[in-house]
Amino acid sequence: MTENATPSVEMRGITVEFPGVKALDGVGLRLFPGEVHALMGENGAGKSTLIKALTGVYRTTAGSISVEGEERSFHGTADAQAAGIATVYQEVNLVTNLSIGENVMLGHERRGVFGVNWRATHRAASEALARLGLGHLDTHKQLSSLSIAVQQLVAICRAMVINARVLILDEPTSSLDTNEVAGLFEVMRKLRDDGVAILFVSHFLDQIYEISDRMTILRNGEFVGEHPTADLDRHELIAKMIGKDLNALKELGGNRRAESRNRAVEQPLIEATGIGRRGSLAPTDVQVYRGEVLGIAGLLGSGRTELARLLSGADRVETGEVAMHGEKVDLKSPAAGLANRIAYSTENRRDEGIVGDLTVRENMILGLQAQRGWARPISKKEQNEIVERYITALGVRPADPDRLIKNLSGGNQQKVLLGRWLATQPELLILDEPTRGIDVGAKAEIQEAVAELAESGKSVIFISSELEEVVRLSERIVVLKDHQKIAEIENGPDVSAQTIVDVIAAEDQS
Amino acid sequence: MNESTNRTAGLRRLTRNPMFWGVIAIAVLLLLNLIKDPGYLAISVNPANGHLVGNLIDILRASAPVLMISLGMALVIATGGIDLSVGSIMAVAGATSMVFLKDAGSDPGSAFAALGLSLGLAAVLGFVNGALVAFVGLQPFISTLVMMLAGRGLAKVITGGQNTNAENGTFRWIANGYAIGIPVVFVLAILVVILVGFVVRRSALGLMVEAIGINPKASRMAGVKPRGILLAVYTLSGLLAGVAGTFAVSTVMTVDVSRTGYQLELDAILAVVIGGTALTGGKFSINGAVVGALLIATLNKTVLFLGISSSATPAFKAIVIVVLCLAQSERVRAWFVRRKQRSAESGPLPQTALLKLDRDRQEAGA
Repeated sequence: MTENATPSVEMRGITVEFPGVKALDGVGLRLFPGEVHALMGENGAGKSTLIKALTGVYRTTAGSISVEGEERSFHGTADAQAAGIATVYQEVNLVTNLSIGENVMLGHERRGVFGVNWRATHRAASEALARLGLGHLDTHKQLSSLSIAVQQLVAICRAMVINARVLILDEPTSSLDTNEVAGLFEVMRKLRDDGVAILFVSHFLDQIYEISDRMTILRNGEFVGEHPTADLDRHELIAKMIGKDLNALKELGGNRRAESRNRAVEQPLIEATGIGRRGSLAPTDVQVYRGEVLGIAGLLGSGRTELARLLSGADRVETGEVAMHGEKVDLKSPAAGLANRIAYSTENRRDEGIVGDLTVRENMILGLQAQRGWARPISKKEQNEIVERYITALGVRPADPDRLIKNLSGGNQQKVLLGRWLATQPELLILDEPTRGIDVGAKAEIQEAVAELAESGKSVIFISSELEEVVRLSERIVVLKDHQKIAEIENGPDVSAQTIVDVIAAEDQS
Repeated sequence: MNESTNRTAGLRRLTRNPMFWGVIAIAVLLLLNLIKDPGYLAISVNPANGHLVGNLIDILRASAPVLMISLGMALVIATGGIDLSVGSIMAVAGATSMVFLKDAGSDPGSAFAALGLSLGLAAVLGFVNGALVAFVGLQPFISTLVMMLAGRGLAKVITGGQNTNAENGTFRWIANGYAIGIPVVFVLAILVVILVGFVVRRSALGLMVEAIGINPKASRMAGVKPRGILLAVYTLSGLLAGVAGTFAVSTVMTVDVSRTGYQLELDAILAVVIGGTALTGGKFSINGAVVGALLIATLNKTVLFLGISSSATPAFKAIVIVVLCLAQSERVRAWFVRRKQRSAESGPLPQTALLKLDRDRQEAGA
């Protein structure tokens, strides 16, 4: 990459306005061929908006976009694609029940005399996959047979079929494990070396420092700076992103609770004995005590979410039973879970969390309202109290209760959902990946909320792919692997993320 | 300047409101009628009994059954479903009340008994719809399609396949009577609308219906019990169809099992969509459904009044509705705005081109 080359994409003075809000204000971005460029900023800083302005999803109010030196205006994603700009979003946008080859070539099928020539199409798909080092995939297999990580790579391959010169990756790594991220980076480096300009969005600073060459930082819809990654250390970067000194944030949530309790005497709040369900979890015992944060660790697909779903009533147990306060309870639905004061915040925010076309207010009160039943509506006054309390306490931005939740950034949607569950006054709150895809500031806020909950005597089950986070917050840690509980670790000064990794790895050798 | 931008913003918000276009459409149809007969909108008072008389009054009277089924349909559609059986349930309710009244006396008591019986049966049929959707998990389209066919059959069984008429003063009064000069049937319909609207919006039922319609999975996870809500909504839709059925038959005190409520489910669906409720479920508007139902009633009356032949009637209705849907469509409006802007931008150009042409011609002439 050379500074005096023509940028693949240059955006200047981009302003995007929504009714009543300026989402972007005079932001610039330069992407050069053969670089990985990180787009940095907190949730709601305008990263997604900038990407959508570039890909023609949003109309810009002011500013110009030029592609390879030529000024362009895009009226839709098709225009952007035609100009060689391809995008892969956080949630894989593929057709899971079509084959891999069909997905890669969708809309670009090879045609013969009698319509689509499937043989040639699959061959082209194979070639495209091979270019990214995925030549071993059988293009006839159904896409859903692949892990999310490989699906993500297929999505990139699909984007590159149009010979894109610019590739936008919006949070591609948020649901990948370490090995999978390495595989993704390999593909990214390959593309970069071929002269593709890659715009990369991620909340993982380690990944940013590993892969990116330069970065552009946004804050509150404004341009903060453009820097070579090597010139900016992490502290400086975070300070630029949040616009204040980091010292205040550094130790947040770091107060690990070391208080010891006598488990032989104390009655657990909830005690699950041998709960399991065919195909999702082998019979497992779990106890959670009052005022405790129980961490659940394990790789993706290890049964973490399945355990959470059984404990919350989202799925029904097939074996075993659950007792609360020593009495057996039947958790046959999420409603039954809520009736027993168990709230479950799902990892699948878009499909199972938010109700997109309802407002922040309606989303926040939905859980409590469901608990009370439709015939006992929550009064306007009480609604306002609840909504105000949690918008302030959790720092939801924008602090407008009447905005549709789908127009909020992911992190703020998560905060609203957290508010929904807190409003139901749960005794046990199960948080499944509450900090996934969320920036540093919001993460600390959510961790702090968890610690406070435990302090006030509520119990929390905390599930996260980030082992450091689990270790920092939990009193005990249950480790799952291959849909089984393999260990239960009493947290202490000598326990670290490495301890858990060792536990998971150790089993492998036996 | 500020005021004018405020005004255009207000206007834009108004044109985005589907109800606005419904009202416009009603006005246009009335205008058409007015052109044919300048006295069309006149409302007079019958000096003998104080009743209001006029075409508008007739439209209000005729709108009552559609109003009822549209109300239920709005809620069902909001949950992401559809109720195709309302027309047939109307026939069942109509048949039940006529057959009952034929054998019963003509006292008010029998009228109320007939009402109770037919509404009860209609609610049961709606409940069956709801149970099929909520508990068996059948698709709403299929469940209510089955009920649409079965209902029509049931109505024929009840009447023995015959058109049945009956005589009962009280029952006839429902559709033909007047209260403070206005047709009773319209007053009743509006009262029902207000009652249902009040229950839905003052309780959390509306919120839950919308939540289920927008994202059923997330709603379940939030603790909403979709089954109960679905059951309630389909039962209500059936009950309201029953009300519509009694309204329809009490007009002429006859049930024609193959005509009563025939294809009215389509009118109801149209009324709901015109009112701005998306068929994909979610946000619904009761006021919108009312406007839609009034539009359908106006349309039906207009078709008759303009003397459009009965074979061309469906085509005429279709045209009006397509035009209305186009006017409501955000995309079509955006397209028009862009065209207007473009022609405004290029506006001065042709003129200068003309001038130049003119000048060239003059030069050539000189």
